[in-house]
Amino acid sequence: MLGQAIRTEPRLFVVSSIGSSLFGLLIIANSYVVGFVTGHIVVPAFAAGSVSTASLAGVVAILVGISGLRVASIFGRRLGAGYMQFRLQARYRRAVTRRYLSLPPSWHQRHATGTLLSNANSDVEAAFGPIAPLPFAVGTIVMIFGAVITLFLTDWVLALVGVALFPTLFALNLAYSRRMAPRQIHAQQMRAKVSAVAHESFDGALVVKTMGREADESRRFGVFVSELRDALVSVGRLRGIFDPLMDSLPSVGTLAVLLIGTWRLQSGAINVSELVSVAFLFTVLAFPVRAIGWVIGELPRSVAGWERVQAVLSATGDLEYGDAGVPGTGPAELRFEQVSYRYAEGPAVLDEVTFTVPAGKTVALVGATGSGKSTIASLAIRLVDPGSGSIALDGVKLPDLSAVALAGAAALVPQIPFVFDDTVRGNISLDRPEITDDGVRQALRLAQADRFVGGLPQELDTQVGERGTSLSGGQRQRITLARALAGRPRLLVLDDATSAVDPRVEAAILGALRDRDANTSVLVVAYRRATIALADEVVYLHRGRVVATGTHLELMAAEPGYRDLVTAYEKAEQR
Amino acid sequence: MTDEGTVATIRRGLALSPELRPGMAGTIGLALLQMAGRVAVPIAIQQGIDKGINAPGGPNPGIVLTIVVLTLLALVISTVCGYLMTRRLFTVSETALGALRSRTFRHIHDLSMLHQQSERRGSMVSRVTSDVDQISQFLQTGGIQLLLASGQLIVSTVVMAIYSWQLTIVVLLAFGPAILVIRLFQNRLAAVYRTVRERTGVMLGAVAESVVGATVIRSYGVAGRTGMRLDSAIDDLRSAQQKALKTSVTSFSSGEIGAGLALAGVVVAGTLIGIDGGLTVGQLTAFLFLVTLFIQPVQIATDMLNEAQNAVAGWRRILDVLDVEPDVADPDDQGVPLQAGPLSVTFKNVSFRYPGGPPSNHPTTALNRTKGPLVLDDVDLEIPARTKVAVVGETGSGKTTFAKLLTRLMDPAEGEVLLGGVPLTSVRFSSLRSRVVMVPQDGFLFDATVAENIRFAEPDLTDDQLRTAFVELGLADWLSGLPQGLETPVGERGEALSVGERQLVALVRAYVADPDLLVLDEATSAVDPATEVRLQHALDLVTRGRTTVAIAHRLSTAQAADEVLVVDAGRVVQRGPHARLLAEEGSIYAKLYASWLEQTR
Repeated sequence: MLGQAIRTEPRLFVVSSIGSSLFGLLIIANSYVVGFVTGHIVVPAFAAGSVSTASLAGVVAILVGISGLRVASIFGRRLGAGYMQFRLQARYRRAVTRRYLSLPPSWHQRHATGTLLSNANSDVEAAFGPIAPLPFAVGTIVMIFGAVITLFLTDWVLALVGVALFPTLFALNLAYSRRMAPRQIHAQQMRAKVSAVAHESFDGALVVKTMGREADESRRFGVFVSELRDALVSVGRLRGIFDPLMDSLPSVGTLAVLLIGTWRLQSGAINVSELVSVAFLFTVLAFPVRAIGWVIGELPRSVAGWERVQAVLSATGDLEYGDAGVPGTGPAELRFEQVSYRYAEGPAVLDEVTFTVPAGKTVALVGATGSGKSTIASLAIRLVDPGSGSIALDGVKLPDLSAVALAGAAALVPQIPFVFDDTVRGNISLDRPEITDDGVRQALRLAQADRFVGGLPQELDTQVGERGTSLSGGQRQRITLARALAGRPRLLVLDDATSAVDPRVEAAILGALRDRDANTSVLVVAYRRATIALADEVVYLHRGRVVATGTHLELMAAEPGYRDLVTAYEKAEQR
Repeated sequence: MTDEGTVATIRRGLALSPELRPGMAGTIGLALLQMAGRVAVPIAIQQGIDKGINAPGGPNPGIVLTIVVLTLLALVISTVCGYLMTRRLFTVSETALGALRSRTFRHIHDLSMLHQQSERRGSMVSRVTSDVDQISQFLQTGGIQLLLASGQLIVSTVVMAIYSWQLTIVVLLAFGPAILVIRLFQNRLAAVYRTVRERTGVMLGAVAESVVGATVIRSYGVAGRTGMRLDSAIDDLRSAQQKALKTSVTSFSSGEIGAGLALAGVVVAGTLIGIDGGLTVGQLTAFLFLVTLFIQPVQIATDMLNEAQNAVAGWRRILDVLDVEPDVADPDDQGVPLQAGPLSVTFKNVSFRYPGGPPSNHPTTALNRTKGPLVLDDVDLEIPARTKVAVVGETGSGKTTFAKLLTRLMDPAEGEVLLGGVPLTSVRFSSLRSRVVMVPQDGFLFDATVAENIRFAEPDLTDDQLRTAFVELGLADWLSGLPQGLETPVGERGEALSVGERQLVALVRAYVADPDLLVLDEATSAVDPATEVRLQHALDLVTRGRTTVAIAHRLSTAQAADEVLVVDAGRVVQRGPHARLLAEEGSIYAKLYASWLEQTR
């Protein structure tokens, strides 16, 4: 994964690694300058009781110069690493969301909204988390090699202290990361759980409220909160052991240098200047060495995030589109041929369904709740593909059509309207180039939405808010109806699309549809007689099978089940 | 949002999380002890050089050994203190944050429906997730470092001052400009990080839309448009992040320059002072070590302050939510329970208007009830107990508002609603919610099985009792058609079921709650007519003695009701049994009914 990241952004990686390495070497240089100053300027000056201005000026120049170089190296390292991280995150966020857009609705149905959100957000973030400290770690490794080499050049005995200390620090870091990883992962899982419960509970806030279940929901939430707390405390305990230890170990190194250094000094192997340099080096090395720990510590989280991101990127099941267009320009004919469909592992929802919506005609789908009507609606515009059988528009099988041709020819108005956080105009035109303002207004008129839109504060430019919360259910339905009509589809599929609209408004909508010159074939899921009356033909469904097809009158005469369904209200009245 | 200061937020937060306070002094004490261990090393260097290496008779390993052993001891104590400190800090802070999460969660549920709807759902979720996580993560990493850094800063300054007050001044002077620059950058940093947070929100919103609206995006072939929006949201976030980083690094590097200046200043001034005999070689060397100890915390602090600001901002958002008083509040102990038996309903001159003005994110201003058109206008009526009332009217006439006032999801702007003669505002919620149940149009289901969803209302029901409920409502056939019967998972938000099926489950859920007042708000709008009629019939059979208020577009409901209320433009314009209303002159109901007949016959 890290290799992949480096290959994607090689320039930034080089810049930041050079910056970081420079930074490390400057730290070593600084230690030696401090040692040199102590040994060659301070000690003689204290002994002689005087010092030359020139040598002091030289010291200042060197120290400030190193400081300046360090600033440059910090810019290189941090900006390089940060830019690299941000660019990679942006790149993968784009890639993940592209997959969301191209994967089919059935895939979306199998994945919770919250999961998909975190795939694009926190998982991408976690995956590239170690990128920021990575160049720092590379620089640290350079620095440690540099330090060990200079140590050996100074004195081999003192160098052995370093040789003993650095591997110990590494080993400790490694052991720590090993133990920390499962705890972090557990904490992360609990975080996700807490978030999922909160999401669902607030989603269903109205039900919670009307049933007075606030206390029980709080209890349910509380269980996960305390599990998360325990997970985080256990992370904290481990860190409590490790962090102070990592802080103290370099100090132990410094003390060892002092002790061994005194002995080496006594035997004349080193001088004071070298002793101070080495002691100083151990003090300043402590911090960067931990950067490696950070990278290692981040790795498990990163790998987990990367795997989840990869799962999205490599998900299959795309609906492959052909490149055919829909022949003809008028209303389209829709044909279902022995279509069967089942959701994963479930029983068949549709069983060898065959029917035709002839060009320019209106066909009503009638059936009890749960008989498979909405599934047919989704199949008709190819939101899903059937398990077996085929569906064709104007004789061309749906999978052969191009995405553009299909979207241009057929439109579905779903049962539950979905409204974007955009203006009324944006919601209807969806930036489809062929739809003008006039087209939008005309569609609104047809959907009986012109009056209430006219009453909105900024009319067409009114923002409707997240999921259209500023609109009522019926208003949202009419907006989505207008959205479908605005594209002048050649096949219109209405899935009980006027359920939240009251009878008078619905009658007006149906009237408007009927008056329009028959440029559209319509497949309509309906219960109301008026809607059914509008249909040239009725397809009666029962438990996923087409029981009968014919005109309303024929079915009334021949099918008792159908009769019971559509005359339920009258019968209730007579009771 | 509020722009109160950081200190004020922290004070407010501490007041609300008393769990944080006990032992805080102990924790800080331990942190100071831990830090004291860090200065032990420079002191050891000084002592070692002055008394051991530069000893009168040449280097003396014995003295150095003593010093080293003593320092090691100090280090061990410091490390143990560090462990204890971290452990305490984590236990205390995570316990407090857990409590804060739970309390905020409950508080959001206690807010009125209007409050809940005025907030984006995602932002309510972040109050109990990412906002708390931000505080927790800050405490786990930055907080400890910041605490230790300040400890280190104090301890090293004190030791420096003991060695040489003149050199300490030199160090402070060298850092003066850096601290000034860092302070100057604080505001800019706060601003750039705010931009990052805002753009993160925008990006999440765009991603959410592409996920939730996936079907619509596909069916209209507008993936290109959504993709472009996503790209620009993602890139805006990236450029904000880069800008924030640039600002932060610039601020950080001023500390680095300060460090260089301080080191140089100490060498020069120290040498000059030492020449006059005011300082030993060991002291000056120790000072150089101390300067490094002084620099580290300053640099860490500049980095951590950003995180601290994020954490404080998160904390502030949580506190702001907790500060909102639930405006439809449970009278709780001061309240009374509803009388036993069927309930009558009285509306006394009830008016309602939605909070007006432009939509606002701030809950308190969003509920400013001064503006907004009247939705219900002076409604005055009485529904006797045990009756079945249908409320009809055009879209937007105020029917749903009527239902919400009746169930106290909202309170009227003027007037009073009484149940069984008791003002609704004085009824204890525990009593209200168990006796009065509303079934909304969108029968929200939890991601669980059918059985679990129904048990949401009555957790103690056995499977047999659940099945009986389905049988009583005439839904046994439908249940048997489900792949795993009662154990069928309904999917996220119930999306594995069709819309009509979801309504069936929601209705059964309300039915098993066995309320004395049942309010149905378009509860069967997506169910087929035969099933609806069957349900209605079943409910009639089993609801003898119960008061039912049903809001319906389907006028079959009205026909079957004892009485019909016709709402038009916020007023009840007609009431009475179906047959009489039809006959009234200029009857709005007659018009509604005519169009209903036209559609259904």
